[in-house]
Amino acid sequence: MTIYITSPISARVIRELTVGDSVLISGIIYTARDAAHQRIIQALENKEELPFELKGQTIYYMGPSPAPPGKVIGAAGPTTSRRMDAYTPRLLAAGVKAFIGKGGRSDEVRKALRKYKAVYLAAAGGAGALLASAIKEAEVIAYDDLGPEAVMRLVVDNFPAVVANDIYGKDLFELGKKEYKGSKQDLEDYPPP
Amino acid sequence: MGWGLKEIKASAITQAVAKLCQEANFTLGEDVLSALKQALQTEQSPLGREFLNQIIENTRIAKAEKLPLCQDCGTAVVFLEIGQDVHITGGDLEVAVEEGVRRGYYQGHLRKGIVSQPFSERVNTRDNTPAVIHAEIVPGDRLKITVLPKGGGAENVSRLAMLLPNEGKQGIIELVTKTVEEAGGDSCPPLIIGLGIGGTAEKVMLMAKKALLRKVGEPNPDPEVARLEKEVLIRVNRLGVGPMGFGGSTTALAVHAEVSPTHITSLPVAVNLQCHSARHKEVTL
Repeated sequence: MTIYITSPISARVIRELTVGDSVLISGIIYTARDAAHQRIIQALENKEELPFELKGQTIYYMGPSPAPPGKVIGAAGPTTSRRMDAYTPRLLAAGVKAFIGKGGRSDEVRKALRKYKAVYLAAAGGAGALLASAIKEAEVIAYDDLGPEAVMRLVVDNFPAVVANDIYGKDLFELGKKEYKGSKQDLEDYPPP
Repeated sequence: MGWGLKEIKASAITQAVAKLCQEANFTLGEDVLSALKQALQTEQSPLGREFLNQIIENTRIAKAEKLPLCQDCGTAVVFLEIGQDVHITGGDLEVAVEEGVRRGYYQGHLRKGIVSQPFSERVNTRDNTPAVIHAEIVPGDRLKITVLPKGGGAENVSRLAMLLPNEGKQGIIELVTKTVEEAGGDSCPPLIIGLGIGGTAEKVMLMAKKALLRKVGEPNPDPEVARLEKEVLIRVNRLGVGPMGFGGSTTALAVHAEVSPTHITSLPVAVNLQCHSARHKEVTL
């Protein structure tokens, strides 16, 4: 089943999302990778101005390729989320409600997602061109000097992702692996070792 | 046979490298694409099939719109097979290759993802140089250039192990399955697994990398190695990691192993993972 959701995602919608749900996201999301996370955390510690109001927002772990002439953005798929794990609990405490990336999260992040009632959505890693077609507007709003790692405000339309961690503590990577462990394929004419 | 050398202009090398960087980033090889389509037929997880559909559709959009397949346009890994009767004129070989990478990444609007000084400053070099160049001298008077843009997600979960000789085949299988399982979705499965066995520590990793250039699923000509490739593939696909780590029966599309003699005390094994965006293009001048 596919669920159409609007970002920023409301608390009511977040409650309805469960692991394995396919979602199509429309609305506003913000990009941030490692370097931008460091600066945002620093700004939070020093009570300095933030690139955007964090409360309720969705952060996408993504640094695009340059936009070719006539295009809104270049390839724009997710990067590995694990690199942002160290920063995530702090951002959750500051009110961020959803993250989009690829790959699994640490136990600390999973606990924090549950505590702050936020979700982690996994998008198709390596589908940069496909995901770019769901991005309708893109504007660098902070940390321009970071190049592809600058913070961007994106307007997306039916951006595809899967709920990987819900507010109930479940984890797609863990459950998926368990379900298909030991699975066999047609090519399996070779005797088991 | 004459005694003359074949002359190849440095500028021709630059041009070729620039073109290969772009082609590789925009167009996935037919062998990879057909392996993905095959996986779509056999994958048991509905979510896994949904993701495989997305990446197949992604290849169509990338090619049609000249967008990179992935925003991570990789480290430009360049393999040069230089015929011993080739004479490069009008410039230095290495400079010519670097200039090709610079132009290719600029002209193709590819993401520049190389940072200088890796442990502190990490300043982006802004032109994706330096490339990683592997050159070898071969017989003949041709120059073969292969460009493999290698993304960070899969490269970061590579492994090198100096096993004890008595760990043998079982040790190799355990190393690969452990590597793939721990990498999970981070490495962007379904994977192509480059496996080097033998040689020395530095040689074995290069063997694993070179194994990625083989046509997807083509077995090693040595039947014993081919059997090992198949066995490792089966074991990896039983892990259940699945496309993008969402769970499923397709964790790898192929295992390519390269084997080399080694020291009496050694069993070096290298695992180099390639994400589903298995990009490489080659040309012979």
